[in-house]
Amino acid sequence: MSERVNRRELIARLGAAAAALATAGAIGRAAYDRGGYDVSHARGERQVRDFTTASPSSDLKMAIAKSSHEAEVLVRRAVDALGGMKKFVSRGDIVAIKPNIGWDRLPIHAANTNPLVVAEVVRLVLDAGAKQVIVTDASCNEPNRCFQRSGIWRATHAVGATVILPAAHLFRDLRLRGDVLDIWPVYTPLVNADKVINVPIAKHHNLSKFTGGMKNWYGLLGGRRNRLHQNINVSIADLATFMRPTLTILDATRVLLRNGPQGGNIDDAKDVFQVIASLDPVAADAYGATLIGVEPAAVEYLQIGMQRGLGNSNWEKVNHVEV
Amino acid sequence: MTGAGNSALSVSATSLAGTEPWPQPIPWRGQLGPVAALDNFDRAGNVIAPISNSASYQRKIVAASGESISKIPTTVAEVNAPEVRTSSKVLRGIADTIASVFGRMFQRKLSKRAGSGIPARLVIRVLVWVRRASQTIFIALFLWLLANTAFRGTFSAKASEPVRLPWPVEVFLLADPYVAIMTLLSTHTLYRGLAVAGIVTVITIVFGRVFCGWICPFGTLHHFFGWIFPSRYLRGNKRVNANKTHAWQITKYYLLVAFLGAALFGSAIGGLLDPICISVRAIGLGVFPVLQYIGIRTTDIVAGTRVHAVQALSDSIQAELARNVWTSNQVYYHQTWLIVFSLIAILFMNRIIPRFWCRALCPLGALLGVVSRFALFGMKKDHEKCTDCNLCLVHCQAADSPQGGVKHRQDECHVCLNCEAACPEDVIRWGFLPNRKSSTQAPNWERRTLIASAAAGAVALPGMRIANWPDKAYNEKVIRPPGAVEERDFLNRCIRCAECMKVCPNNALHPAFFEAGIEGMWTPILIPRIGYCEYSCVLCGQVCPTGAIQKITEKEKLGIGQKPISIGTAMYDQGRCLPWAMATPCIVCEEFCPTSPKAIWVEEVTVPKRDDRYQGKGEQAAMTTVKLQRPHVDPSLCIGCGACEKACPIVDKPAVYVTSAGESRSRTNVILLENTNYSRKS
Repeated sequence: MSERVNRRELIARLGAAAAALATAGAIGRAAYDRGGYDVSHARGERQVRDFTTASPSSDLKMAIAKSSHEAEVLVRRAVDALGGMKKFVSRGDIVAIKPNIGWDRLPIHAANTNPLVVAEVVRLVLDAGAKQVIVTDASCNEPNRCFQRSGIWRATHAVGATVILPAAHLFRDLRLRGDVLDIWPVYTPLVNADKVINVPIAKHHNLSKFTGGMKNWYGLLGGRRNRLHQNINVSIADLATFMRPTLTILDATRVLLRNGPQGGNIDDAKDVFQVIASLDPVAADAYGATLIGVEPAAVEYLQIGMQRGLGNSNWEKVNHVEV
Repeated sequence: MTGAGNSALSVSATSLAGTEPWPQPIPWRGQLGPVAALDNFDRAGNVIAPISNSASYQRKIVAASGESISKIPTTVAEVNAPEVRTSSKVLRGIADTIASVFGRMFQRKLSKRAGSGIPARLVIRVLVWVRRASQTIFIALFLWLLANTAFRGTFSAKASEPVRLPWPVEVFLLADPYVAIMTLLSTHTLYRGLAVAGIVTVITIVFGRVFCGWICPFGTLHHFFGWIFPSRYLRGNKRVNANKTHAWQITKYYLLVAFLGAALFGSAIGGLLDPICISVRAIGLGVFPVLQYIGIRTTDIVAGTRVHAVQALSDSIQAELARNVWTSNQVYYHQTWLIVFSLIAILFMNRIIPRFWCRALCPLGALLGVVSRFALFGMKKDHEKCTDCNLCLVHCQAADSPQGGVKHRQDECHVCLNCEAACPEDVIRWGFLPNRKSSTQAPNWERRTLIASAAAGAVALPGMRIANWPDKAYNEKVIRPPGAVEERDFLNRCIRCAECMKVCPNNALHPAFFEAGIEGMWTPILIPRIGYCEYSCVLCGQVCPTGAIQKITEKEKLGIGQKPISIGTAMYDQGRCLPWAMATPCIVCEEFCPTSPKAIWVEEVTVPKRDDRYQGKGEQAAMTTVKLQRPHVDPSLCIGCGACEKACPIVDKPAVYVTSAGESRSRTNVILLENTNYSRKS
């Protein structure tokens, strides 16, 4: 006669089987995926990054410094005219500075922001009491080359900035919910700061005609940026709507007149010796466009920006001062 | 093989015991009990320490020596102390200090000691550890240099400083005599740094194939894998037999002459089987990217926890790895599966035949084997002493016949010194100018097979070229790196080491599969779809050890005051281009075009377009017009860098693409009549 299982074994085996079934069921239930169209479409409200500080009494919006041939002096005069960096940066802030470090070009080619301008901004922000100053950009060319050969790495590291090079893990998806830009990978060091200062350079651009502060926010995006060109003006406006910097400091010490946006020929650039500090990103770009001989009215994204209330493209009508 | 070997043992034992001679000349065959009992005696026959304190064990020793237990020293210190003090020689003192560092492990874990358990000569014990240290240091150096075969910018460099790597990352390839002799035969010159190979040659002439056993990173990899993953099926007698010299070990010499024959006829294809090339290729293009993938994946999963501190930690780990070990983005290499598969297969072979690669295939090892016949240091054997214990064969790396009764194979030996370390009888000894009676120096190849191999290598080449003649069958995908020499000279020089692919900052260079013909397998080609050639970058030429890619300057590449180096020409596929075919603005290609003036120029057109407000309610579509810029290529300005192709928003089959036509290294794959006015400013 064959041996029968005893009660203890029966209970143990039934229990083990039940536990295995229950575990499988629980995993299945927890991980169940209903599928369907909306699974791949993130939902949620538009995310905006507004770093503007309420400017109290003064309605001075823009300062154009043109009274020196030294980049540092121009930056200081422009910022001081707006009330000094302390007005924008609080003690203990983490401040992100976004120059244009897009191209593997030397400072003389005027394809990237002048390193002296960026370094001076870093110095002013640190003097204003910031805890940390981050200098970064998501470059077009290979970042190591861009950061080193633009001279910005060396110049800003020397005055105490934290220079971050772009890397894949630093991009996270955000919901821009613009007219053409919906969900895009955004470069986190630029949006996770307390204050953000945009330090672009005034350049020629064949498609959008002029590139300055608003288009500088291309450096905020990862992913397939090359699609943006199909509707460049609206995408620039979308980006400027998403990203509201504390301050825009437009470098026009040396501007790129043609072959933009990367130039490459010394003859393509021209010394202008101006720096514009502005609370109105549209007005700063409009003034910058005039410096490379482009009529602001012909730059479509400036018009769209004005319609959206981001600023005023008639820079003469903006309350400004020349120093 | 009876008494002589143990005379010293007997004498010492006698002095220890007082009167009685040692009971048996070969104790482990006789009354003494288990072999392990010998652990208590050093080479001179002195009792050093009982490993077991059990009473029965000590009784055995007492019985053997005829002494009372109280007279047997029981601690290591007690045993060794008088020996060291009585020695007045300074050298002995220094050697003992080293031995106390390296040898402590021996004395503590006597049962784990290799071989018989009787320590070898002090110099051998020390040298074995020096060899292990050397292997560790060299493989670490190799991996460190490989990880640094990438440009990492620095805050300290001035903007105008030319971008170069700070380390000679290709030094292992430069030190490779096989690469040197192969390119010497194919180009009749010794390219720059390859003179470093002389160092390894000199070392081999003096010490034999120490490169294989002490330096070679690929050899160390096999040594390491054989040690860490020993096969269950390779134990005892099987292992002894596996480590005996086999006839097929001569294969590598025939491979060597075949590749040298091919080199003489104009191809450095032998680099396919060079161990350093394999290491760079398989680790640089395979192992590192895989580890990077695992690293990124792991940190991504960790970041998914959404705990801020954990995310920050994961980000900082990622940043460190990206800055110091690999690059900021995942790298991919075209068709590298075969490279990785070959590495795994050849490593796996160690489980069947230990160090199969080194023994059977390695042409560099074969070359050093030929050179090592002059070696001043080597092994000599005293066959009389051998007791056929085969402990030397258990530990032999190169299968060079260390056992007694047969001649030692100097050409095969890696000088790992494991045989002497294991030998309990002093049969095999390493030393200066060993007698040549007990060893053979030259490989025992057959002259006819040797000549046939060289001839086969030489004729294989036209065989492969008939299928892909550089002047007739241009493949548009064979875009060579900037500075590459003309295709036939390129094949003379390119050893497929993959240094250029590893260093390329944009992941643009890839090992060709069959694009460049079967002969051009794993030579570098540029795939702009994956990465474009960075305008002012000349790093591939900097790391190329053989001059297949010349060490050009930025000035030469960009063509300042001279003709720029062109690697191909961009073409438009107007059926896919947005402004040409779809009435949609784009010209990202023009934006990315790095030359000045730009090689891509645009014509402004106003073209009809269907009104996109048209909703399709049955009526005729309303038409509107749109202003467009349509791109064109100026082939006289285009350098073929592929930035336009990389930037094109049509990612799968881009509307602008680069082919090799118009490459400046070729005098036949050209398009335009030359314009020799290079004096334009830039």
